[in-house]
Amino acid sequence: MHDRPIAEKIDPSLAAELRRPLPTYRAVFNSGMTAIALLLTALAILPLGSILLEILIRGGQNFSWAVFTNIPAPVGVTDVPNGFGNAILGTLMMVGIASAIAIPVGVLTGIFLSEFGRGTKIGNSIRFIITILTGIPSIIAGVFAYGVLILNKVTQFSAVAGGFALAVIMLPIVALTTEEALKLIPNHQRLGSAALGANRLQTTFRVVVAAAIPAITTGVLLAVARAAGETAPLLFTALFSISWPDGLFNPTPALSVLIYNYANSPDIGQNQMAWTAALVLVGLVLCISIISRIVTRRKQ
Amino acid sequence: MSEPHVENNRQFPLQSESDLAASSGKFAWFDQGFTWLVYGLAFAMVALLFWISFIIFENALPAIRQFGLSFLWSQEWNVADLKFGALPFIFGTLVSSALAMLIAVPVGLAVALITSEDILPASVRSPIAFMVELIAAIPSVIIGLWGIFVLIPFLQPIQQWLYDHFAWIPLFSTPPAGYGMSSAGVILAIMVLPTMAAISREVLLAVPKELRSGSMSLGATRWETIFGVLLPAGISGIVGAAILALGRALGETMAVTMVIGNTAQISPSLLDVAYTIPAVLANEFGEALDGLHVGALMYLALILFLVTLLVNIASVALVKFISRHN
Repeated sequence: MHDRPIAEKIDPSLAAELRRPLPTYRAVFNSGMTAIALLLTALAILPLGSILLEILIRGGQNFSWAVFTNIPAPVGVTDVPNGFGNAILGTLMMVGIASAIAIPVGVLTGIFLSEFGRGTKIGNSIRFIITILTGIPSIIAGVFAYGVLILNKVTQFSAVAGGFALAVIMLPIVALTTEEALKLIPNHQRLGSAALGANRLQTTFRVVVAAAIPAITTGVLLAVARAAGETAPLLFTALFSISWPDGLFNPTPALSVLIYNYANSPDIGQNQMAWTAALVLVGLVLCISIISRIVTRRKQ
Repeated sequence: MSEPHVENNRQFPLQSESDLAASSGKFAWFDQGFTWLVYGLAFAMVALLFWISFIIFENALPAIRQFGLSFLWSQEWNVADLKFGALPFIFGTLVSSALAMLIAVPVGLAVALITSEDILPASVRSPIAFMVELIAAIPSVIIGLWGIFVLIPFLQPIQQWLYDHFAWIPLFSTPPAGYGMSSAGVILAIMVLPTMAAISREVLLAVPKELRSGSMSLGATRWETIFGVLLPAGISGIVGAAILALGRALGETMAVTMVIGNTAQISPSLLDVAYTIPAVLANEFGEALDGLHVGALMYLALILFLVTLLVNIASVALVKFISRHN
């Protein structure tokens, strides 16, 4: 049964067909689609390359340390140092306020999802709600902050209102990334800790969270980067100002809002300054997100 | 998100479920308090969603009372006369997002295929995936800045050519200003591309290797395998990705505001200026003084909120459905 070579068992016409090269239309379709897919992929990367290049070239022209230490010079005045230090400070203030609210609440919610609610109905429903929250447009977060704080006269347009809006955006991101980080911690570490007599609080903080700190930090940094670049919710919660931030309860400038205002300005000098501000903001945001991505990749 | 978790405290027989959670000693109160705190904050997140809905609805009430549902199809937006209609904004939001999807779905799928199949060596594939995802990290106001000063000057000759040669088609029937619906569509496509590409890629990578090998061993070429096996196997996930990208496109504000022209009108021409709901919210909220004006803007926000909520629920449910069935 096994003595005849396989080739002799195959029908000669079928063997001929198998040896024939691919019909032309199939070969053309195959390589044509590959070419189209490669072309579209190149097209997809093009904007990123262009954006980064333009920011470097156009933003680099006016870049100097003076932009960090000065406030915007009046339009048309050239003998005064021009900068946007106030907007950088305002952004840091509002991201700080948002982080102070969102990081503790978000991390604890992440702990709930991973340590308390895992596999339970309540846990899954809450995770679903939080996932939905991440998809809410950032401008809605701004409308919400405006409705809660400004329409109710809790505060006027201010850093607090802006920070509150940013916190709403950061919260679900921090919660979900914390959960992901905690999920990576093997279960036997928890059991080991519990077996040694630790209670839930001790197990969670001394064993689980301690081991997941790098990954949690990554998630938090991503959320911070996201918040630092947000513009829409700040337009009508923090408003803007051309002077140094004056406390937490007054209109506050932000780097992103400054870019928006300068981009739409008829003044060419301000247009150029928008690119310089973009260089600073992108530098900030990309550094954070690249660092965090490298950290996560190494962890996995 | 892998669903079948090992459940925490049910791995070995316990006398009662609360044994592990139960604690004693001097830290017992801390432990109890911590448990309550964590539960409380988790429910606060649920409350947040309802709070957002409530605040927007409550503040939209004056406008809802005044205009009712006719707000949805009336076209006039006049702040001075306190006449408000949402149709031009709804039109602009839907059309610009549809245009974005038209571009982003095929390009995103191409990126997903290139980065998940072995057409290119792995050392090239992962940087490509990384770079496409990096677009999502760039603040949208900066993409808008690039849109105004780089993309629009680049698109304008193309738009002019379309107008010169195809003005008889209503889609290209107005002289291009650079700013407008088509520029907004392109910008939006760029912005939702990472969402589309990343999720489709994950879905394609999750298709079992055996299906691929089976198809290839039957003599199908690479692209016959992709169209005949991979895409059908991943279709629900890809649709989920597209819906999620649509949700992003509907709510995207800054980049669109900066290139769409911000004129409340309904024009069949893609070269004409338009306006979207997020854009009008961004532009008018800071200066809204009259209660009815605020109400009308809140009404618009409510529409946007409900639409994006539905779109998000649909996509999350769809993606969840797939991960469960894989």
